[in-house]
Amino acid sequence: MNCSATDCLLQMYDEQHDLEDYQSGVPRWCTGCGDNAILAAVQRLCRDEGLRPEKTVFVSGIGCSSRFPHYMKTYGFHGIHGRALPVAEGVKMARPDLTVFVNTGDGDCCSIGAAHWIHAIRYNMNLTVFLHDNQIYGLTKKQASPTSPIGTKSNTTPRGSYLDALNPLSVTLGVANASFVAQAVDWIPESLFEIVKAAYHHKGFSFVRILQRCPEWLPKSLDPWMQDPNSVQLLHHENALQISAGLSRVYKNQLRHDPLDMNRAREIASSHDVIPVGILYQNRDIPRYEETRQTGVLRTTATVRKGFEAELDKYSV
Amino acid sequence: MTSKKPLKKAGKNGGSDGGGSAGKISVTTLSEHIVEIISDSGEGAQRCGQSFGSIAARMGNGIWTTEIIPAEIRPPARSVAGASGNRIRIGSGYITNGGDQTDLVVAFNEQVLLGRVRDRELKPGCIILLESMWRKHPDLNISLAYAETHDRLVAAGYTVREIPMEQECQLLNADPKRGKNMFALGILCFIYSFDLQMARDQIALTFGKKEQSIIDANVKLLEAGKQWAQANLDFSFSIPATPAAQPQIVTNGNTALALGVMASGMELCAMYPITPATSASHYLSEVFEKVGGIVHQAEDEIAACAFAIGASYASKCTITITSGPGYSLKQEAIGLAVMAEIPLVVVNVQRGGPSTGQPTKVEQGDLMTAIFGSHGDAPKVVMAPATIEDCFYSVITARKIAEAFNMVVVILTDASLSSSQQPFTRPQFNEAWLAPPYDQSPVPEGARPYDWDATTGLARRFIPGQPGGMHTVTGLAHDRDSHVAYDPDINQESLRARSLKLAALQKTLTAPEIFGDAKGDLLVLGWGSTKGAIEEAVASLRAEGKKVSSIHLRFLQPMQPGIKEIMKRFKKVMTIETNWSDSPDEEIIDENNRRYSSMAILLRSRYLVDVDCWSEVRGQPVKPSTIRRVVLAKLNK
Ligand SMILES: Cc1ncc(C[n+]2csc(CCOP(=O)(O)OP(=O)(O)O)c2C)c(N)n1
Ligand code: SF4
Ligand SMILES: [Mg+2]
Repeated sequence: MNCSATDCLLQMYDEQHDLEDYQSGVPRWCTGCGDNAILAAVQRLCRDEGLRPEKTVFVSGIGCSSRFPHYMKTYGFHGIHGRALPVAEGVKMARPDLTVFVNTGDGDCCSIGAAHWIHAIRYNMNLTVFLHDNQIYGLTKKQASPTSPIGTKSNTTPRGSYLDALNPLSVTLGVANASFVAQAVDWIPESLFEIVKAAYHHKGFSFVRILQRCPEWLPKSLDPWMQDPNSVQLLHHENALQISAGLSRVYKNQLRHDPLDMNRAREIASSHDVIPVGILYQNRDIPRYEETRQTGVLRTTATVRKGFEAELDKYSV
Repeated sequence: MTSKKPLKKAGKNGGSDGGGSAGKISVTTLSEHIVEIISDSGEGAQRCGQSFGSIAARMGNGIWTTEIIPAEIRPPARSVAGASGNRIRIGSGYITNGGDQTDLVVAFNEQVLLGRVRDRELKPGCIILLESMWRKHPDLNISLAYAETHDRLVAAGYTVREIPMEQECQLLNADPKRGKNMFALGILCFIYSFDLQMARDQIALTFGKKEQSIIDANVKLLEAGKQWAQANLDFSFSIPATPAAQPQIVTNGNTALALGVMASGMELCAMYPITPATSASHYLSEVFEKVGGIVHQAEDEIAACAFAIGASYASKCTITITSGPGYSLKQEAIGLAVMAEIPLVVVNVQRGGPSTGQPTKVEQGDLMTAIFGSHGDAPKVVMAPATIEDCFYSVITARKIAEAFNMVVVILTDASLSSSQQPFTRPQFNEAWLAPPYDQSPVPEGARPYDWDATTGLARRFIPGQPGGMHTVTGLAHDRDSHVAYDPDINQESLRARSLKLAALQKTLTAPEIFGDAKGDLLVLGWGSTKGAIEEAVASLRAEGKKVSSIHLRFLQPMQPGIKEIMKRFKKVMTIETNWSDSPDEEIIDENNRRYSSMAILLRSRYLVDVDCWSEVRGQPVKPSTIRRVVLAKLNK
C-alpha cells in the first residue's frame, strides 16, 4: 500500500559525498554567466549538507537558468515555461520526504508564471526557490523582462523599455504568508553560499532573488554595482547571517536588520541606491501547506476499503 | 400510457376536509412514466425530484434522473427560462436514459411551466399539478398571467390540476416557501403508490446532518401531502418494480467518478472549479481525506495540471478534473506529461462550447481536442464512459493504463452524465484496484530512464528516491538517458516509442459488443452518454423488424479491434453524436465542404468506410424518439 513513510527506510550506505556526486555534464551557459556561480554554490550546499542525491529534486521551467537541473546529479524536472512552481508543489505534496529546489528565471517566475508565484508564496510549502534574475530573457535572445530596468534596450524594446521594473522582493513581501525572502548577487560567492544555505534550512517557501549577470545580452548592466562595493549593502543580525571578517574588509556598507521586522524589510526591499544582500524577512511560524493538508490517516488497504464502503452505504437503495 | 380518466374536481379552495375517498381511486398500472418537478430556483424542486428518484430506486424501480438547471444562478422569480428542478424517468425495468417527453409535472408556478411547454418537453395531454396560490395573488399582473396561462394549457389539451400547496403547508405552520417540496413529494408518493416508510427513510437520509426537528417537520409535510392527495385525487399509478438481484447504489456520474477516484488508489486530485465538473470535486473534498486523499484547489487549471504532473512524477498517479475551458488551458502541461512519459488522468466533463459556451449544457464537442490536443504529436489515451456505472470503473481502468503505459489518459464524460442519476450494482471493492507501493529500490546498474522497448515503446520509469536512477526529465526532445537531444535519429526514435505505446494498448483491447444482429441494413455508432438513448431507439426499431444494430465505443483512442469488420457487415453506417456536423441538406454543403461529426471523421479516416453522421447541439441529451426518426430516415434513404 502507498504510504509516504519512506523516511523510515533504513539508510544502508555512506552519506559522505564529494562535489562530483552532484555534478552532471558540462554546463552550456556562456562564459561569465552568473548561473555558473549559482550552480557552484548549490553543489557546495548539497555536499556540505550531505543531501542524498536520490532524495533531492531540482524543478525548473524554461530559460537559460532552467537548464540548471540537468547539471545536477540528482533527480530533476525541467518542465514548461512558467510552471516550475506548481510542478514542485505537486512533488512536495506527494513526497514530503524529498528535498525540493526550484530554479526559475525572471521571465519564468515574474511574467508567464506570475500567478503561480503569488500563490506559491501563500501555500508556503517547504521549497527552496532561486530566482535567477538577469533582468532579461536570455534563452530567447534578449527581450525585455518584467525586471528589466526602465529604458533597457532589447530586441522588443529597441528604443528602451517603457515600464518601470517590477521588484520581486517587494512583490513577495506583499503576499500573505511570505516566510523567507532574501537577496543575493552572483559575484559575491561567499555571501551567495551563506544565503542559499539559510534558504535551504528555512522550513517553508524560501525565496531567494539572485541578481545574475548575463554577459551575453546585458554585458555591462551590473558593472556599476560590481565595481563599487559600497553600493552593496550587507544585511546582518544575530538571529540571521553574520558577516565574515574577510567580507567585511571589502563590503563596508552593512546594515543590522532583524528579519522579523516586516516593515523594515519592505523599506529595504525598495531601496534604489543600494542592493541589499542578505535575509530581508524570515518568519518560522507560518504553517506549511503540505503539513496543513496532512490527513492524519495512514493509507492502508483496510482504511481505503472502510472509507469506500461507508460511502457506498450512503448511496445504497 | 397516462390515465385517461378525468381528475376528480375538488372545491375551488381544495381543502383537505374531504376525508378518505380511497374507494373511488383508480390505480392504473404502467410500465414507465416520466415525472418532473419544477420551480423557481431555491424552492427545493431539485431535492424533491432527487428524493422521488431515490425512493423509486429503493422500491426496486429503474430510474434515470435529469437535472433541470436554469442557465443563471438566480434567474428572476417566475421567469419562463428559470425552471429549476428534476425530471425522473421511472420504470419497471432498467432505465438507460432520460427518455422523451414528460407524462406528469408538478409546477410551483405557471411561468416556469411555460418554458417547458415552449421547449416541447411535455407530452401532449400531460398531467400538470399546478400550485394555485397565484390565482388570488394581490398583484393583478400575476393573477391575470396565471389565469390566462392556466386556460391556455387547458385549451391545449393538458390535464391541469390546481393544487393549493402553499395554503395546505400553511395549515402546518410551516414556512411554506421551504416545505412545499416535501408536500409535493407526499403527493407524488400517493400518485405512484410508494411505500411511505421508504419516503420517511429517504428524508431522514437527505436531512441526515440536520437536527431531528427539521427531519420531523419535513416528514409531517410529506404525510400531509400524501393525505391531501388521497382525499382529493381520484387517480393513481403503479409501476411494478422488478428489483435487481444484486444490491444497488444510486449516484450521479460525478459522484460515481469521485467514488472511482477513491477506489482507484489515487491519493491526490488537483482541480480548479468549473461547471459542470465541480460537484465531483465538492464530493471528493468531503470524503477523500477519510481515506488519506487530498483535493488541492489550485490557482488555475494550468497549475492544477502541473501540480498533478509533479505529484505523479514523484510517485502517485494523480487526477485532475475539469471541463472545456479548463481543458484548453491544460493543453501545454498535458503535452509535457506525454513527452516526459508521466502517468496522468485528466477528466473533461464536457459542456457546450466553444469558449464559455453553455456551462450547464451537454455536448460532445471535445473529442478532437482530447485526441489531438496539445501541439506536436502528443499521443494519449481517450476513454468515454457511457453510463453512470462506467464513470466509476473508468477511473480505475484509467489509472491502471496511465501507470502501466506511463501515459496521459483522458476521460470524457459530459454534463448529462455528471448530474443524471441511475442505479447500478454496488461495486465490490477489490484490492487490486489500488496502486502498488511505489518503487524505491535501487535502479540496476546500466538501466536508463527511457529504455524504450523496441516493439512496444514501453520503458520503466525511475521515481525520485530510487538510488542510482537520478536523471532530469524534460519536455525537450531527449534520448534514452533523458539528455536533451536534437539528433534526428533520436527524435525519430522517441516519437516512435511514444506512439507505439498506443498500439501496444490497442492490442490488449477487445472488440465492441454489438447491440442487435451482427449484420444488417444500418449500423449506428455512438460514444459517451448517448448510449442509452441510441440503444432504446434501435431496440424499438428492431422490434418493428428493422435491420438496425448499434455499437458504442468505450475507447476513442486507441480504438478497439474489429470495428471495421463490424461496419463492413452493414449496408449503411452512421454515427449519432451531440457535436457539430453540417447537414448535407444545406444549400452550400456538399462532399467537398461538409464538416462531419467528430467520431465520424475518425472512423472515416481510419477505416476508409463511408460513415455518415447525424448530430445536434441543442444542449440537451438526445432523445430516443429523435434518434428513431433519424435512423428511420437513413434506412429509407
Ligand atoms: C509558453 C511559452 N512561451 C514562450 C516560450 C519561449 N521562451 C522560452 S524561455 C523564455 C524566457 C526566458 O527568460 P527567463 O525566464 O528570464 O530565463 P533566462 O533565459 O533569462 O534564464 C521564453 C519567452 C516558451 N518556451 N513557452
Ligand atoms: S544568454 Fe545570458 S543568461 Fe543565458 S547563458 Fe548566456 S549569459 Fe547566461
Ligand atoms: Mg532572465
